[in-house]
Amino acid sequence: MFNSIKIRVAVTILLCLAALVYLAPTLTSDLPDTWKNYLPMDKIHLGLDLQGGMHLVLEVQAAKAVESTLERTIGDLKENLMDKRVRFKLRDRTKDKDMSFEFPDTSARDAFDKLLKNEYPDLEIATSEMVEGKGTVTLKIKDRRTAEIKKMAVEQSLETIRNRVDQFGISEPEIIPQGVDRIIVQLPGVKDTARAKSLIGRTALLEFKLVDDEHSLDDALKGNIPEGSIVAYESHTDRTSGRRSQNPILLKNKSLMTGDALESAKVQIGDRFGEPHVSLKFNAQGAKDFDRITGDNVKKRLAIVLDGLVHSAPVIQERISGGQAQITGSFTMEEATDLAIVLRAGALPAPVTILEERTVGPSLGQDSIDKGTWASIIAGILILIFMIIYYRLAGAIADVALAMNMLLLLGVMAAFKATLTLPGIAGIVLTMGMAVDANVLINERIREELRLGKTLRAAIEAGYTKAFLTIFDSNVTTLVAALFLFGFGTGPVKGFAVTLTIGIFVSMFTAIVVTRIIFDYMIWNRKVQQISI
Amino acid sequence: MEIIKTDTHFNFVRLMKPAVILSLAVILIGVASLIWHKGPNFGIDFAGGSLIQVKFTSAPDADKIRGAFKAVGFEGSIIQQFGPNEVIVRTAEAGADPKGLTARVDEALTAAFGKAGYEVRRIEMVGPKVGRDLTKKALLAIIFSWIGILIYVGVRFEFRYALGGIVALIHDVLITITFLSVFDKEFDLNIVAALLTIIGYSINDTIVIFDRIRENARKNIKMPLMDIINTSVNQTLSRTLLTSLTVFMVLIVLFIFGGAVIHDFTFALLVGTAAGVYSTVFIASPIVLLFEKIKPSGLKRKK
Repeated sequence: MFNSIKIRVAVTILLCLAALVYLAPTLTSDLPDTWKNYLPMDKIHLGLDLQGGMHLVLEVQAAKAVESTLERTIGDLKENLMDKRVRFKLRDRTKDKDMSFEFPDTSARDAFDKLLKNEYPDLEIATSEMVEGKGTVTLKIKDRRTAEIKKMAVEQSLETIRNRVDQFGISEPEIIPQGVDRIIVQLPGVKDTARAKSLIGRTALLEFKLVDDEHSLDDALKGNIPEGSIVAYESHTDRTSGRRSQNPILLKNKSLMTGDALESAKVQIGDRFGEPHVSLKFNAQGAKDFDRITGDNVKKRLAIVLDGLVHSAPVIQERISGGQAQITGSFTMEEATDLAIVLRAGALPAPVTILEERTVGPSLGQDSIDKGTWASIIAGILILIFMIIYYRLAGAIADVALAMNMLLLLGVMAAFKATLTLPGIAGIVLTMGMAVDANVLINERIREELRLGKTLRAAIEAGYTKAFLTIFDSNVTTLVAALFLFGFGTGPVKGFAVTLTIGIFVSMFTAIVVTRIIFDYMIWNRKVQQISI
Repeated sequence: MEIIKTDTHFNFVRLMKPAVILSLAVILIGVASLIWHKGPNFGIDFAGGSLIQVKFTSAPDADKIRGAFKAVGFEGSIIQQFGPNEVIVRTAEAGADPKGLTARVDEALTAAFGKAGYEVRRIEMVGPKVGRDLTKKALLAIIFSWIGILIYVGVRFEFRYALGGIVALIHDVLITITFLSVFDKEFDLNIVAALLTIIGYSINDTIVIFDRIRENARKNIKMPLMDIINTSVNQTLSRTLLTSLTVFMVLIVLFIFGGAVIHDFTFALLVGTAAGVYSTVFIASPIVLLFEKIKPSGLKRKK
């Protein structure tokens, strides 16, 4: 089948047409409607370094999620022990020691062990010692469960960040996990990078805690923090001067409710000063809980704590049964919107840190596209002229192959939705220089064979055959390097590996198949006896 | 048109000794340069840190920029020209504080130049963890590609040829690093990409020559290996120089017109390609000869 020129020509033309079809959206914006319905519609996908945008690598501090789960469970266990009237003492975490339980006698310890075994399958005893006749025990979460918690923390962080980014309104964001605990976030075209980072990175843990009016704030500030309370800071913005300050406040540590209880959060403009605030709506259970909490604590102050910082601490005037609350403060419209977004998307189960950030502005991106295109055109013209001067007709044939090469390369990239980056453009230009290599090999061989006195037909046959293996070998090694490049590189470098690889395959095809078609056509159909080479 | 006539008879093998000495001299210069510069000039991709590319409306004064950054706490920033009215500021800070970096940069520059006087074109921040990861990955990629190619050439030809090829490749990478160090170019991800490309590409001409050597060796059993090598190199000289010429042309265009972002990348490729040609002609085949002398392959032939 492959000997017939007609079939080879047909296949080649088909491939070129396919490439054109895939490239059409990139080249023009006016496409007929029938096109839009049946044929590919995507422009060539540009990397961040060409379209502008932000690339982040985040690390989820999954260990913290394990810590907080342990704390919560211990809190639960403590209440349970108290209900069952087991005597114990719970020592808080210090710098050197974890939280530990102390039991005055063996019966208490036995009761504890029984409770642990029956109701807390995930916990196990980490250390246990006898000090002055009293048993001391520290706990930890079982290894398998720890691994589970970490995995879930990463998955949930992924989901949450995805939700937040969705609401932020970026077209075509990419949020992908990497390794065990990392997340890659790519936001093409993002303008306000600081805001985006803040939106993605904040933990956004909303807690409702009671203000501790019973103890002295000053005492606590001096270091005497009463049991079950913590010192937090309330941010306060002076209305006239706009200056922000932080004032200490004493809170009861226990979180009465968290952001989990929210059903939705919305930005609303207040009537009095026209200031934006965030209005919260609790879900069914949350509404009930809120009802109970406000009912139990009328006239006390309820602090709204966001990521450990107290936002406001209004007095509970009366029982609130509608399941609604408001977070007020001096928000700008942007701040209120962002807060509503993170509350809706949910809190991150563990904090995330930014390990790597790369942001390219759109002007630089456009510059790079311009320079890259220019360089490609100039390089292309240079090669075209050179081939004709050096190899004359055979050179012109090689040029046709080169042009087809470029068309197919770009077509394949569009078809496979490969990403084009600036090094990728360099890769395309490099392919131009390397593609003619195969043609040079073949032409030089043909010249040699002609010099040996063979007929044109035989010389061409021999040239292609002998050159093929060499072409194959040398391309394989470049492919090996490109493979490693792809595996090792990030964004822009990957783009280089991609264009290099596609370029090599396409150039092998055009050099061997396409030019051969043309030579064969001339010899068999046109009966040419001599060619200028 | 033919630049290289077909009947060249250069005795390349005789030039082997001086060629190797020249290469070693250049590499020694490289080592000296590395010592002088206290190691390679690692970019933020490997060393960690932050990089900010800023374009100003009018030619900026480096001291003014440095002062502006110092005022917001970026100590010791290195400032480099990057094109007309454009600079790159590099600091060792890799602030984990999310709002920190961009906001501080804006603050610093607005204070010194006014909001309309500058435009931040690009920001890159690499934390120490990622920096270490990338360094490790880069080294592994280079080493494994050497090994991969060693295996491939060893399988396609013989082990001796593979060694010759690898020596040529290592030579190319060392020469490229020498030039990069001497010209004080930054080592970043792009440079490693260039090195890997050079590794993959430079072995090509070496393979072409090995191919020819093998063909000639089969045809002329009685010819001594030294003569076979010389003949083969001469025969393929035209092709070797030509392909390198086309790649070179293309790279020069990229170097001049490609813009500042890939400038160093293109520079590395240019040096590597030139080194590649040199090593193919003067180093790879003579190594094969050397190993033949040390450990003859068992084929009946005169030395």
